[in-house]
Amino acid sequence: MPIEGAEIVKAASLLGAGLAMGLGAIGPGIGEGLVGAKACEAIGRNPGEAGLLTRTMLVGQAVSESTGIYSLVVALLLLFVV
Amino acid sequence: MGLGAIGAALGEGYTAGLANEGLALRPKKSGDILKNMLVGQAVAESAAIFALVIAVLLLFLGTETPYLLKASAVLAAGLSMGFGAFGSGVGAGFPAGQASLGISRQPAMSGSLSTNMLIGSAVCQTPAILAMVVALLLIFSDFSSMPLFPTWAALLGAGLSTGLAAIGSGVGGGLAAGASCEGIARQPLSLGNVTTTMLVGQAVSQTPAIFGLLISFILLFSGFPESTALSAAMAPLGAGLCMGFGGIGPGIGNGLTAEEAVRWVARNLENTGGLTRTMLVGQAVAQSTAIYAMVVSLVLIFVI
Repeated sequence: MPIEGAEIVKAASLLGAGLAMGLGAIGPGIGEGLVGAKACEAIGRNPGEAGLLTRTMLVGQAVSESTGIYSLVVALLLLFVV
Repeated sequence: MGLGAIGAALGEGYTAGLANEGLALRPKKSGDILKNMLVGQAVAESAAIFALVIAVLLLFLGTETPYLLKASAVLAAGLSMGFGAFGSGVGAGFPAGQASLGISRQPAMSGSLSTNMLIGSAVCQTPAILAMVVALLLIFSDFSSMPLFPTWAALLGAGLSTGLAAIGSGVGGGLAAGASCEGIARQPLSLGNVTTTMLVGQAVSQTPAIFGLLISFILLFSGFPESTALSAAMAPLGAGLCMGFGGIGPGIGNGLTAEEAVRWVARNLENTGGLTRTMLVGQAVAQSTAIYAMVVSLVLIFVI
């Protein structure tokens, strides 16, 4: 099968999109889990502050989520723009 | 098989280590501790045994239909089972180790600890079982009517999707189960609440493996139109890799959250409701990246 330049770029961008989102999800997944774990620990020690702790947990997770969203953006760019 | 054996060995090593610690603490209970250690290790070993079964099947398989397609299917089956057994092997080691240590701390609870360990490690095994289902489908389904291009890539993607995603869920489920055995040994009264929280947390940790299975099934059975273009093959392969890798992080992360929630339910029983709620909120956020990965996989399969 003849493979031309444009075809290689298309194939590479599809595979690249999969790898970008797949590998990019590992870090935020583990990181957000750690934040959740520590929030549970802190609420266990000090149930009175549950509201504040949940809020802090969500803010922290939102920040760790950002790299996951970068991966999603890059994957979508590779899929639809390149 | 090799990957599967690494996981089981790590898990069993952890179990034996904690069992020895338990023996040092309470030598009189050596019989109970040894018995529990062996039962727990047997469960961790089962993941490696699944891998062995698949490896033996692969070795003695006839190669009748299109040679390359079959090669791709059996390679995918091996990868699926190998990666899948890795996570479950490591994961099942955590509850077994903590239960063995727990029996030495709280010998009166040895029955409940063993039961809880078995429930927890059974859930850890499910990702390995999902991976085995995919591996068996890859080995025994008849793909000869499908076009070689791009089905080879879809089959490889199907194996990688469930296999890799199962690593996270296996380890994550194990973390939650380990903390529950530790918690029951610390506070025997917490048995009911701890087991419930563990099961809820493990159920959420299992979802990435289930997403992986979903993508595998779509890749296996959707039947791609024949195309020799390279991009037609890279799309399903990319989808499998995306969901597979994407499932690892959320699986482990959900497990970490569940572990800590279960640990603190055992220490602070009256706060079970609040902890379970926080655990679920935290897990939902950690889950989001697995959902992004699934969306990208589905786009790669159906839109491109």
